[in-house]
Amino acid sequence: MEALLEVKDLKKHFPVASTIPFKKSTQSVKAVDGVNFNVYPGETLGVVGESGCGKSTMARLVNQLITPTSGIVHFKGDDLVTMNKETLRETRKKIQMIFQDPYASLDPRISVGELIAEPLVIHNVGDKASRKKRVEELLEIVGLNKRFADRYPHEFSGGQRQRINIARALTINPELVICDEPVSALDVSVQAQVINLLKQLQAEFQLTYIFISHDLNVVRYTCDRIAVMYLGKIVEIGTYEQIYSNPKHPYTKALFSAIPKESPFDDKERIILKGTVPSPLNPPSGCSFHERCPVAIDICSKQEPNVVTTANTHQASCHLIQK
Amino acid sequence: MSQQLLRVKDLQVEFKSGSITNKAVNGVSFDLDANESIGIVGESGSGKSVTATSILRLIPNPPGKITGGDIYFKGNNLLEMSNNDIRKVRGNEISMIFQDPSTSLNPVFKVGNQLMESIRTHQNVSKKEAKKKAIEMLELVGIPAPEKRMNMYPHEFSGGMRQRVMIAIALSCNPELLIADEPTTALDVTVQAQILNLMKDLQARLQMSIIMITHDLGVVWETCDKMIVMYAGRVVESGEVKAIYQNPLHPYTWGLLDSQITESQESTEALSAIPGSPPDLSYEIKGCPFADRCPYAQAICYETTPELAEPYQGHAVACHFQTTEQQLERREDAYVDGSTSRS
Ligand SMILES: Nc1ncnc2c1ncn2[C@@H]1O[C@H](COP(=O)(O)OP(=O)(O)OP(=O)(O)O)[C@@H](O)[C@H]1O
Ligand SMILES: Nc1ncnc2c1ncn2[C@@H]1O[C@H](COP(=O)(O)OP(=O)(O)OP(=O)(O)O)[C@@H](O)[C@H]1O
Ligand SMILES: [Mg+2]
Ligand SMILES: [Mg+2]
Repeated sequence: MEALLEVKDLKKHFPVASTIPFKKSTQSVKAVDGVNFNVYPGETLGVVGESGCGKSTMARLVNQLITPTSGIVHFKGDDLVTMNKETLRETRKKIQMIFQDPYASLDPRISVGELIAEPLVIHNVGDKASRKKRVEELLEIVGLNKRFADRYPHEFSGGQRQRINIARALTINPELVICDEPVSALDVSVQAQVINLLKQLQAEFQLTYIFISHDLNVVRYTCDRIAVMYLGKIVEIGTYEQIYSNPKHPYTKALFSAIPKESPFDDKERIILKGTVPSPLNPPSGCSFHERCPVAIDICSKQEPNVVTTANTHQASCHLIQK
Repeated sequence: MSQQLLRVKDLQVEFKSGSITNKAVNGVSFDLDANESIGIVGESGSGKSVTATSILRLIPNPPGKITGGDIYFKGNNLLEMSNNDIRKVRGNEISMIFQDPSTSLNPVFKVGNQLMESIRTHQNVSKKEAKKKAIEMLELVGIPAPEKRMNMYPHEFSGGMRQRVMIAIALSCNPELLIADEPTTALDVTVQAQILNLMKDLQARLQMSIIMITHDLGVVWETCDKMIVMYAGRVVESGEVKAIYQNPLHPYTWGLLDSQITESQESTEALSAIPGSPPDLSYEIKGCPFADRCPYAQAICYETTPELAEPYQGHAVACHFQTTEQQLERREDAYVDGSTSRS
């Protein structure tokens, strides 16, 4: 099948301000450091990984909210990085984003109705009456009262605001929706509603999702394929069965053993990783996971592992994997 | 017996917007002992954050106002304290990790300075010591290369890192009571495990008490001794965590438990979800606030509001059909795919 989105060797290095005045800094945060993946129409690709590993940065690169340091982002065959502004604006209609922070992403001076209708206004779709109808429909879809259209974001709780965000992302029928922790601010009952909703919308409108989440149960439930990120790189990618039942990378194994308790009586064995996430300011040599890896050998600190394809659609980067 | 640290009694909080009055918190009560931790769970908008911010008297007024109740902290009523005295309590004896990171970190100051400032307001230490302690705290919450991170601005941090900075700030003053409002929502499981461990550690070391607001029941199972379940500004169930896990009583609590995604959940079947949305709190609610969405509701539920009662010692519930005289039978299919299946 042809990919809807093709990402090749994507990098984003943020320069870091120098601590010495007037001296230009040579350091940078390697937030995303050579990422490759495809997303196919109608599927959900999950992205998991520790806080700070570059998930949100990657999402913002795909959407061209920030420009990459290098690399390629093809959407339906067209390169977004080199595209002219006008075409990019049109193409962006098809790629919507739901942000991680439900607080920062809503302008407090604009009413909820206007916020949700905003994409329609920007792209000149419909008249006042049809927009109002669409807003009411969307509020209903995300489980909010129609009357909320006249209120302002600050009057809502965190979870309610995230539902407004989701409504807004769906306003102009996108093809690809990048969901950055879309349900982590929601209580479980609303979370279940929203996940059911996202799945139902996907089936109804053939939506494709990139679904970033740190909740591994949510990811397992919602995603067809999963990419595991560590320090700016994808260390393992595969179908959800492959990742859950047969993880190859030691980091993936540790990650899945840290899922929280399902009961107060549960005494579960955890692989507690040594040390903390290394700094993307100064990533370790060789395999970036070697310092914390329970099974690291000599070569791991010296040489970066290649991507090994272990099965159809299953790839991982680790020296210890046999082909 | 350990000592009672906090007692919230019949708390009432309202928000006014024009002619509309939103009763965000409507008669919430709970107690907390020293070295004890309580979890507050409940649907979005149920008043968890408002309850927590009321304890520190940080409800924005207008539009908000605490209209009734008492909050005793070590025997003193916080609601009757002078502004000066409450300021001394805040961030000193009681500290809070806010749900909204953007209000607690100032975007124009470096993260390190904000952390140091907070340390120095509450502790009599030199600048140099404050800096050392700040770096130590960042390290404790798992921020790599803390010395370098001290010089960076909040927008240069990832979502989860900002959340951890706030945790560092809240913990840096060794509080007696820590109020943590969704402290780990933006964190992945490995860091979450690390942070929860850190809190438990400090709790044991400092005899700290914790109010843990979360929608993640796993976090409650992991860290809390007891819990309250809130719905529409009220407590609908309260008790020991283990008792509620083993024998949950309120139909809303059942819905919450059913909505959790478990490891065995098949991705082909829809998740169980509570149908509909919570009531608009700006209208007088007649009867039980959950009645509209409750698969077990009967005529009386739309007429009279059930009071909290204790069918089991120490385990309270507000439901007409969960009393010492009669009990409801929990149906497995009650919340399947979020449409009400009323019997
Ligand atoms: N504008 C920026 N300037 C400098 N560094 C940045 C900037 N934005 C992100 N970073 C850095 O890039 C790295 C990755 O951040 P990102 O927000 O992508 O992480 P994440 O995987 O989404 O984490 P989380 O799960 O905590 O949201 C972090 O080290 C962060 O500090
Ligand atoms: N500043 C405010 N102005 C007006 N209404 C407010 C304000 N803050 C909270 N509310 C209202 O009070 C009610 C309770 O809100 P609260 O923030 O306590 O919910 P919550 O239980 O913490 O929800 P969440 O899980 O989404 O954080 C909501 O209906 C909300 O709209
Ligand atoms: Mg992020
Ligand atoms: Mg809240």
